Formats: sequence, C-alpha cells, structure tokens
Amino acid sequence: MISAETETGIRRIAIIGNPNAGKTTIFNALTGMRQKVGNYPGVTVEKKEGRITFDDGDEAVLLDLPGTYSLTAHSPDEKVATDILLGRIDHTPLPELTICVVDASNLERNLYLISQIIDNRTPIIIALNMIDVAENDGVSIDIAKLSEALDVAVIPTVGSKGRGIAELKAALCGPVRPSRRARQWTLPEIVQEECEELKGMLQRMHNLSEPLAFHEAIVLLTSAGALEDHRDRFAPELLEHVRKDHAKIESMGIDRNSIVVESRYEWIKRVCAQAVVNSHRGVDTTSDRIDRVLTHKFWGFVIFVALMAVMFQAIFSWANVPMQLIGEGIGWTGQQIVRLMPPGDLRNLIVDGALSGVGAVVTFLPQILFLFLFIGLLEDTGYMARAAFIMDRVMSRVGLHGKSFIPMLSSFACAIPGIMATRTIESRKDRLVTMLVSPLVSCSARLPVYALLIAAFIPQRRVLGIFTLPGITLVAMYLLGLSAALAMAWLFKKTLLRSETPSFIMELPPYKMPSVKAVAIHMWERSVLFLKKAGTIILGVSIVLWFLATYPKAESTSASERLDLSFAGRAGHLIEPLIRPLGFDWKIGIGLIGSVLQREVFVSTLGTIYNIRDARQDNGVVSLQEHLRQDVNPVTGAPVFTTLTAVCLMVYYVLAMQCMSTVAVMRRETNGWKWPLFQIAYMTVLAYSVTFIVYRVGLMMMGA
Amino acid sequence: MRRTTLNTLSPGDRGTVEQVQSKTSSIKQRLLEMGLTRGTPVELIRFAPMGDPIEISVRGYRLSLRKVEAESVVVVQDQGK
Repeated sequence: MISAETETGIRRIAIIGNPNAGKTTIFNALTGMRQKVGNYPGVTVEKKEGRITFDDGDEAVLLDLPGTYSLTAHSPDEKVATDILLGRIDHTPLPELTICVVDASNLERNLYLISQIIDNRTPIIIALNMIDVAENDGVSIDIAKLSEALDVAVIPTVGSKGRGIAELKAALCGPVRPSRRARQWTLPEIVQEECEELKGMLQRMHNLSEPLAFHEAIVLLTSAGALEDHRDRFAPELLEHVRKDHAKIESMGIDRNSIVVESRYEWIKRVCAQAVVNSHRGVDTTSDRIDRVLTHKFWGFVIFVALMAVMFQAIFSWANVPMQLIGEGIGWTGQQIVRLMPPGDLRNLIVDGALSGVGAVVTFLPQILFLFLFIGLLEDTGYMARAAFIMDRVMSRVGLHGKSFIPMLSSFACAIPGIMATRTIESRKDRLVTMLVSPLVSCSARLPVYALLIAAFIPQRRVLGIFTLPGITLVAMYLLGLSAALAMAWLFKKTLLRSETPSFIMELPPYKMPSVKAVAIHMWERSVLFLKKAGTIILGVSIVLWFLATYPKAESTSASERLDLSFAGRAGHLIEPLIRPLGFDWKIGIGLIGSVLQREVFVSTLGTIYNIRDARQDNGVVSLQEHLRQDVNPVTGAPVFTTLTAVCLMVYYVLAMQCMSTVAVMRRETNGWKWPLFQIAYMTVLAYSVTFIVYRVGLMMMGA
Repeated sequence: MRRTTLNTLSPGDRGTVEQVQSKTSSIKQRLLEMGLTRGTPVELIRFAPMGDPIEISVRGYRLSLRKVEAESVVVVQDQGK
C-alpha cells in the first residue's frame, strides 16, 4: 500500500504517453482547472502540474510529462520526460507512481514505450484511452488479458468524455506495484553478455540503481548517437569499453541499432496476440474519408489556403461587432469620468492616460479570442499535423522541417508560444533558425496597429464580390511577414546556421471532434495572458507616455505646440531625422519609441497623443481614426498620414522587432544574449530597408 | 516478390519491411521505433499535395515521412496488385 501522504510531503504521480494518445484530456479530466504551468529549471520545457482530489479527501500532485515515443529520445521535450521517469535529475524526485496513457486504437506502437517503462521496474497503471475510437475501427481489446500479459492494472478510458476517470482515480488509491513482466524480450547472447557486464560497471563506477544501469547499458550499446549524447555523463574508460563492444557486436554481423527495437516489437506482438481480439484492420475509417479530401492533391491545397483566408477574414469582420461594443463602453466610461470629476491633471491622467491607453488595447480582445479559437480548433481536431504534411515541401525548400510550420503558425497568435513550440524540433540549428524568424510572422499584437491604420486609410471597396480591400490589405501584411520569415530562414540555413534539412517522421493522428473544454481552456489562458499584459505593462507605459506628453507644461494655447515642446515631442523630434526617409514624422516617432516595449502600445500611444491634443476641442474621447485622417502638418498643410504612410508604417511593423517579451523568451530559450541581440539587429535593419524601398517606390508611383 | 524501397511504391501498394538502412543513425532509430521493423507490413496511402512527403499505414496507424527518408526503408512488395 502506498500511503496518501509520505513523510516528504504530498504524493507525486506522473503521467506519460505517446503524443496524440490523449494524455492532456486525461490530465484535464483528473485535475479540472487546478493546473499550474511553469518551466523546468535549466531547460525550456514547459512543466504542467495539477492536483487531484480523491473521494476520501486526500490529494496528490499530478505531473504532466511531455509526450514521447521512446525513452531513448533526442528532442529536449522527450529528454525531460525520460530523465524524470528514470529519476536522473535532482530537482524533480522520482514519481511514486506513473500513469501511462495508451492509445487503444494504436496499441502496438504505444506499447513500445510501455515496454521500456516496465523495464524500469517502477509502479505503473495503464489508462487505455480512446477505447471508443478503437471499437469504431473494429478493434476490440480484452482488458483482462492485456492486464495479465503486462502484469499491470489497465483501466479503459475515454478522456474526452470523462469515461473511466472515476475508475482510474480508484485504482490510483489502491495498491500499485511494478510489473513482473520486465525484460521479457530477448537479445542475442553476445549482446546480452556485454549488456550485463556494462550494467555492472555502471552500478559500480557511477552508483546507479540496477534498473537505471540496465537502461543506460542498453542505450549505450544499441542506441544511435548515444556515445556522443552521453559523453559528459560517464567515465572515459567506460566509454572506451562501450566503443570496443560496438566493434565486437558489429563484427558478428549484428545490426546494433535495430536489435533491441525488433526484440521489443516481437514481445509486443505476443502481447497483442493474447489480448487483441477481432481486429478488422483495413476498414475504411471516417478519418480516411476526411483525409481523402483534406490531403487531396488539388482540393487539399485549396482547402488549406481557404481555411487560412477565412481565418483572417473572420478575425477582421466577425470580431467587429464585439469590438465596437467594447469601444463604445470605454468611450462611455470616459465621458462619465469627465462628467463626475473636476477638470485637472488627475482627470486627464485617468481619462487620457490610463483609460484611453488600456482601452485601445482591450478593444482588440475579440480578435485575439477569434485567433486562438481557430488555432485551438486546428490543433484539437488533428488538422495541425495535416498542415505540416501539406506545408513540409515548402518548409524543406528553405531547409526546415514541416514541424517548423506549427511554431510559425502559432506565431500568428504570438511569437512567444511560437518560440516555445520550437522545442519539438530536434536539431538545434533548425530550432534556432525557426526561433529567429518566428517573430517576423505577424502576431496578434500587430493586429491592433494594422486594424487601426487599415480602418483609417484603406478605402472600403469590394474586390471579386466577396472580399474587401481592407481584408486583402490585411492578408497582404500577413503574407509579407510569412514570406520574410521563409526568406530569412533560407538565408540563415545557407549561411550562419548551415546544416542538412532535418528529417520528417511524423504521426498523422486520426481526426477527432474538438473538445470544447480544451479549446476553451486554451482561449482562456491566452486571453488572460493578453489582458495581464494590457493591464500591467501597457497601463504603465500609457501613464509614462501621458506624463512625457504633458510635461513640461508649455504656456501655449495651441495643443499641438504644447505636445511639440513636451518630453515626448522632443524625443520624437530627436529621432525624426532617422525616420524621415521612411516618410514618418515625429508623432509617429513617439509611437515607435513607445512600441519598443511592445507593438500594441503604438495604438494607445497615438490615442494618448491625439486625445491630449484635442481634449479642449472635444472635451472627451474621440475616434482615433478620425484624428489620424484629419491631422495636418502645421507648416505645409499636407496631411501627416497618407495611404502611403499608413502602408509604410504597417510594413515597418511587420518586420521590426518591437517586443521585449519575445526578447526575454529568446534569451531564456537560447541561454544567453547573443541570439536575442542578433535578432533585434537583423530585424531592425530588415524593417528599415524594406520600408525605405516601399516608401521610395510608392512616391515614384504617385508621382507618375 | 519485388525488392525495392518504400519511396518507389504507388498509393495502394503493400509490402513488408526488410530492413532500414539510413546513413543517419538517428533517423534509422526513429524509423525503427515508430514500428518499421523487419517483417512489418506497410501500405503506401498517398503523396502530399506537393508530391512530398508520403503517408504510409504501419501497425494500424498513419505515419508521414519524406521520400528521402522512405528511400532508406527496404521493402518486399506484395504481388497481386
């Protein structure tokens, strides 16, 4: 019996499984919303923990390990899972118990990981998940026989519907012991002998436990690249011994790499022969029928492009209604404050500084919700893997993996999850290239800037009946960002981070109905993150900018002259010579300075600047778009913003690095300042030169 | 009995894996661990819209891999198709 509370504190349970086995749905069902997302110390792998409450009131910590196919894996994510399960790291103690989530509809391959875990002789329970999918496919599994063959408790579950969760919880409370079916697969005699010898050496020289020593011995003897991977972990004489073993085994004509894998799969075949009854392989599943359309040579591509187009058209038009409501709500609040408070600096600070700044950003929440709704749906249905399948040809052209497409697609929402999603990329150089170019993909923080400028300066004209010029401009900006990212990736792969195109070996999971709960949790987490940013950093920046734009107070009656003489005006003037070649004036300069922290600040900065200028005239909050359109240069009388200026400004925002959070994540992910600084430098140069070219070409075209 | 590599099959063709012989040992290991061991039946399902990668059915699930990777999987093609 395992007691619920040990002396060292609360019980720790780990949950592991293949990617796509439904590990997250089981985790969500066991823990509810009581989850905590963090990071493992030293590495950049996301650590997800939750709490389970049992019927008797006891609690346990549930640790969600990254999905992995094997315990001899190479990517950082898979390494963390392996290290924790083997108790190889100090900061996370060996879990008392491990729940292994197994996809019932894909039993053989899922049991490969189980065969490795069983060998470690730690207590485990199997959650045989997606049992309904297996039954639909005509595969029926004899639970009792499977449990007997593996000598492990097997609980059938359907995580997405909550089926089997109560039984799983009950089993967690009962006695759990290691399986007695460890190492039932056989090795050729010579390999077996060397393995035993090496195991003894590891136990003696490195003080490893017997199961861990066995695991390391197998890895060192048979796994590809193990000698290089573990060079620093073991004594040189031990590694020398391993090298000799390799030569010995190979001289006997034994394929070192495949011997253990084959042997394990032989064992799995025997287990399945006992437990799987009535397997109708080769039936046409729903997934097959969907795939025949979605990955069709012609229609697959058409649908992919159409999906992306609908996504962006939807973000721009459907989100308009709630956006206007929020905008009106904020305007109304501003008027109430103006009505209730006596005039003065404090009222101006609240209305023009805080409220208009934060308000301008909160208005964009509906668009962000829509974006994450789409990304969540694509991920949860299984379409994301098809997107990688369809796009791999393009990605491999620039020397990247189809998997790099997913971080790039996530970067449409935000470069931070995008950069963090690169952890699934095994090659270090490819991962770095993907991280370097991901911020070029237009994130949701740029959307407010595009939205404002497009609404103000791009005429509402219908194109081809269903699309509008503003919609097309938005798509063009997104395409520019994506093309720039691909071009730079190609360049980096050719020069700075030269390496072979990585391999593309990826599972295409069956399609499934998206889980409302999973998508909702996803949208909720991201919105909270966005609002926290709006509430903290942007509030702070808005107030600072209001201060800079208000003080020192000049004794002038003209609002624009007062702004001109303020700190902000002076700073804007200071950088004006630098940005004049791009067609930007000092007010845009203030916006750019504000945007150094993060891009969406541009909108609130302009909000602050223009509201300040006209507070006397309108006595309240006025539409920012109107202000931008009406603003004229006091000297020449020409409008400050033309359509060309707006386009140039958007191009600059597409390409420039203006997000401190991304820089911070880059620093953490690359473990140093070198790459984030390089990223800032190359993106600034790129943004400046391209904007310059666009402005010059635009001027020439308008002159002609 | 036709001995060939996985990338040369057409959609609908079936075969049995004979061996994996990649120059890159990490690719070999991954292919093996994903279930492409000796004696395993495989079926080529389709090519991606742009011709590469390919989708195969192995051990009851779907796996995608590039043609260059499929080239390292030696298969014996089934007759009668």
